[in-house]
Amino acid sequence: MGKYLIRRLLWLIPVIIVVSGITFILMHSAPGGPWDRDTTARQVDQNTQRILNEYYGLDKPLWRQYVAYVIGDFNKQGKFVCGLVCGNLGPSYRMRGLTIQQILFMPPEGKNFLYSRFGYSMRLGVFALLFAVAIGIPAGVIAALKQNTIIDYVSLFIVTIGISVPNFVMALFLIILFASTLKWVNIVPRSWDEVSVWVLPTVILGFGTMARTARLMRGSMLEVMRMDYIRTARSKGLAERVVVLRHMIKNSLIPVVTILGPALAALVTGSFIIETMFGFPGMGRAYVTAIGQRDYSMIMGTTLIYAVLIALANLSVDIVYSFLDPRIRLD
Amino acid sequence: MATKPSVNPTPSQIADLTMMTVKPRSLWVDAWYRLIRNKAAVAGMIVIIFFLFVAIFANQLAPHNPLQTNAGKSFLPPAWMEVGPNGRPSDPAFFFGTDNLGRDVLSRTIYGARVSIVVGFLPTIVIVLVGSVVGLLAGYKGGQFDNILMRFTDVIYAFPDLLFFIIVMVTLRETFIGKLLNGLFLLFMALAIVNWVGFARVVRGQVLSLKEKEFIEAARCIGASDARIMFRHLLPNSLGPIIILSALTIPGMIITEAILGYLGLGLTPSTNPNDIFITSWGALMLDGQAAINAQPWLILPPAICVSLMVLAFTFLGDGLRDALDPRLQGTQ
Repeated sequence: MGKYLIRRLLWLIPVIIVVSGITFILMHSAPGGPWDRDTTARQVDQNTQRILNEYYGLDKPLWRQYVAYVIGDFNKQGKFVCGLVCGNLGPSYRMRGLTIQQILFMPPEGKNFLYSRFGYSMRLGVFALLFAVAIGIPAGVIAALKQNTIIDYVSLFIVTIGISVPNFVMALFLIILFASTLKWVNIVPRSWDEVSVWVLPTVILGFGTMARTARLMRGSMLEVMRMDYIRTARSKGLAERVVVLRHMIKNSLIPVVTILGPALAALVTGSFIIETMFGFPGMGRAYVTAIGQRDYSMIMGTTLIYAVLIALANLSVDIVYSFLDPRIRLD
Repeated sequence: MATKPSVNPTPSQIADLTMMTVKPRSLWVDAWYRLIRNKAAVAGMIVIIFFLFVAIFANQLAPHNPLQTNAGKSFLPPAWMEVGPNGRPSDPAFFFGTDNLGRDVLSRTIYGARVSIVVGFLPTIVIVLVGSVVGLLAGYKGGQFDNILMRFTDVIYAFPDLLFFIIVMVTLRETFIGKLLNGLFLLFMALAIVNWVGFARVVRGQVLSLKEKEFIEAARCIGASDARIMFRHLLPNSLGPIIILSALTIPGMIITEAILGYLGLGLTPSTNPNDIFITSWGALMLDGQAAINAQPWLILPPAICVSLMVLAFTFLGDGLRDALDPRLQGTQ
């Protein structure tokens, strides 16, 4: 087990190198650079651009820039600045004076970590996951218990819609319905401290996961319901409530629990289109903006955070699975 | 049987016997009957055929030229509304109303069907061809080739795929490749590059379990070559999962195109009336979202079309899975 964990974690290193390599090549082949893409502000003149390039090392050959990002390089004063290997995601070219990790993880003054960009995305992801679990699991259980009744068909229909309709289209429908027609919620919030403005992004983001959870739960319940131990439980005279709660639900939760890790990672990383739509102050919107602005280290840093999150989530499935199902051995 | 067969059956009795045996049906015919008994799958097929028809005959079906701007007729409400929120009366000539330049929303939506159909099918064909061949080779030959494939999959899985599309579309759209087919060619390539790997992995898994079966052993015993075993024995026997997976890949492609179009990164909306691909549903939704409160009719037709199309392919894919592999029925 320990050996397996170490090997899987070591395997992250080549993944990070390849992912960062691809990102590096792609973003540097984009026309333009970090200084000349801002159409809203005054253009940076040639001389300043040259000085900025020199200061940030953007005048060096590309391979050297890549090595400088990953391992580190000597700056103008001859001091060694450590790169990715020390957890340094690089300086932002847009918000000069801040590093990427400060932009993403540092909350505004006087607030706690949850108010940083990453914290906002994380909260949205966690809320969406809670919504998905709180609705999805009961829906799956009820649909399985009432198999082939009208309840089952209605829930199957909603599940199919939730799985196939992309979340931004769903967002458009719900915005038109709840915000512009019924005027129940406000989609241009004055502050993200209000509870009501979180409702729509959370529901939209969590809807797909909710549908997937419900489908998985239904399938797994149907399988468990036909097991011998359920018949045994019934025949020894257990109350139906106990059979359902303690024997059926507990056993059919196993596959559902395993998808929660990746689901959370997908919700935290996959929210950038929702974040952009609602003007949410999270990591996803910062990422989309950074691509447009060619903020190289911001693009790189965020992509790597996403990649590591996804890899760790996938690792968590294997580990959780081996705990829940002792027949599976990791080696 | 009509009569008790005697020791020496007469020719007429033999004829009776042959007539009474059930006509043999292949597995594929059986699967087809199972498929058309599934109402959701049939509904899905009808919707897909409808959109296919709309896409092919967009020129004839569209009531207006999708590029024609009508001065003074911008933001007209759809035909069933008497007066729009901006106080303009509707015009029966523009059924779904008009956009900010007075272009007909219905015609633009009809032309948008082309992009979604093509984006659904073309990259999927590439993915299926490449994925099946690589999966077959990796599963059958194993060894180093297999190892490389699996490591490559790990990397691709770790890379957030939508972000890959965004970076590729942003970086390469100004280049020569990015301008082919209004940017669709680049999108196809990006979609294919990311998705063939998952496909290959499924085919590989299928081949790994099949190649231990007796009929492969038998084929090897009579001296069949590797190529023959792969393409005459393994491939036909893994066709079921391949077909199911391709049907379920298509909606993903359509969604990705819509998302990219919505972010302004998909197809570059064209102003040349000779182009085949003029606009896409994603691009239409991007146009419409600026006026989502006041003019929801701009955004609703493309949004509903995308949802319908994706639902149709999902229903068809689920139906195919139930038809081709009845053991999986209702599990997923």
